[in-house]
Amino acid sequence: MPMLKVTNVEAAYLGVIRVLHGISLQVGDGQIVALIGSNGAGKTTTLKAVSGLLRTEQGNITSGEITLDGRRIDRLSPEEIARLGVSQVMEGRRVLEHLTVEENLMVGAYRRKDRAAVKRDLEMVFEYFPRIRQYRKRVSGYLSGGEQQMLVIGRALMAAPRLMLLDEPSLGLAPMAVQTIYDIVKQINQDRGLSMLIVEQNVRAALGIADYGYVMENGRIVLDGPSERLRDNEDVREFYMGISSSGARKSYREVKHYRRRKRWV
Amino acid sequence: MTFFAQLFITGLALGMMYALIAIGFVIIFKCSRAFNIASGQIVMIGGYLGYTFLIPLGLPVWLAIVVSAAIGAVMGLVIERLAVRPLLGKPALALVMMTIALAGALDGVAILGWGGIYETYHEVLPEITLTFGAVSIPPSSLLGLLVSVVIVAALLFLFRFTKIGLAMRATAEDEPVTRGLGIKATFVYAIVWVIACVVGVLAGILLGGVSGVSPPLAEIGLKALAVVILGGLDSIGGAILAGVILGILENLAAGYLDPMMPSGGGLANVFPFIVMLVVLVFRPHGLFGLKRIERV
Repeated sequence: MPMLKVTNVEAAYLGVIRVLHGISLQVGDGQIVALIGSNGAGKTTTLKAVSGLLRTEQGNITSGEITLDGRRIDRLSPEEIARLGVSQVMEGRRVLEHLTVEENLMVGAYRRKDRAAVKRDLEMVFEYFPRIRQYRKRVSGYLSGGEQQMLVIGRALMAAPRLMLLDEPSLGLAPMAVQTIYDIVKQINQDRGLSMLIVEQNVRAALGIADYGYVMENGRIVLDGPSERLRDNEDVREFYMGISSSGARKSYREVKHYRRRKRWV
Repeated sequence: MTFFAQLFITGLALGMMYALIAIGFVIIFKCSRAFNIASGQIVMIGGYLGYTFLIPLGLPVWLAIVVSAAIGAVMGLVIERLAVRPLLGKPALALVMMTIALAGALDGVAILGWGGIYETYHEVLPEITLTFGAVSIPPSSLLGLLVSVVIVAALLFLFRFTKIGLAMRATAEDEPVTRGLGIKATFVYAIVWVIACVVGVLAGILLGGVSGVSPPLAEIGLKALAVVILGGLDSIGGAILAGVILGILENLAAGYLDPMMPSGGGLANVFPFIVMLVVLVFRPHGLFGLKRIERV
């Protein structure tokens, strides 16, 4: 049985703006699953539906169900879902700017009682992200973008989650930083068997580490498959990776004249 | 010089009481970006509670303070449960509207419960008058100074060094993030409202000891607003310092400027607002408002 199962979920903001039109996906135990698609496809909304944060933005799941280990979570509050072991890394590196790096991490561990384990995990986070260790007493708002991304992933880890939801960890980062972050994310997945659902526009990076991928468009899932297969899919290559079928880089002049029809529409 | 020192000390005591009210205001603002319009009314209820426990019931001062604080805590919990929780996730303006309603309701409570009559109880405060040379501190100011310094210190410790304080600071910065990490927003709000009500009630008892209590005491809420804006809306340290500054300035104005007025007074009440206006012209974010961290 998959750990996370999203079945036919429809969601709307303010009760009228429908953004998800029946999404189904699953994340297996210890799996990395990528959810890719262009702007406004509904990727972030899908993540927020899982973590329950949709409701803090006046959004609602109008039908369908979400289960974690067979238990329905689509009616729970974000706090309760977090307590069940789901940890979301939100889009745009939401560090708590005026708190120090260490305080940020301790906020992640807030609901945990076992102090020794928390201390061990703090050490573990610093092992994964050695760059933020030196700044542990520093106000986190002044970290660089890459360091802030490391910090928020570390903070999510401090909650000792079983499922981590990552929303565009590559956003606004230099290619080198993206590579570093993705390497570490993969490492964490392998070391700890932590399941992950990654929303990403950087398709190459996400499919590079994912086991399985879903492609979203206009609030629907239009394509899914193991990531090797998606990587070789012509449409994915053309529309999301900018590579034409012959393997050459796409010329943007051509794009203007002739848009290939997507097979799945 | 003695006159100045005298005004300074009583002003300091007054200022610390303002600081108490302002802290209550600031923590609510920090957590929910909403002005608590009812903060003055909470102070007034505190004054009436103090009167009830001290005069008709004749409790000792320390017990009256403790019992009133406990009632303040219950008040905070009730407000959170009935009025704040349903508005969670709604725009901050909804919460402001709620506090306006709350202000009206508390005004009503004052009329219903105490008839809205002017009461004083400074006569039952302990008769300790500290004298340094020619300067003497009246008992009401001394009590105010002692209690407010202890409470402010305790709050600063709570915010800075405890787990609850960390949760409060984190929630103030980014509520969706902390909720997503399992920190219950309702719990944090309950704590915030309890603290706001307790400090308001305490400030009410202390201020009532100085100047008596009646429904117009609620206007102190406006003065707290001046304090808060002077200090920077989201700075607790700023609220404390601004409270002290305004308290002292107000007293100095009453002592030195009021006698020069043709009417023989009235400037002391206006003075805090003049200071607030001047500060707003030069520092729109107040003296100590948190800077938005912007990396360049």
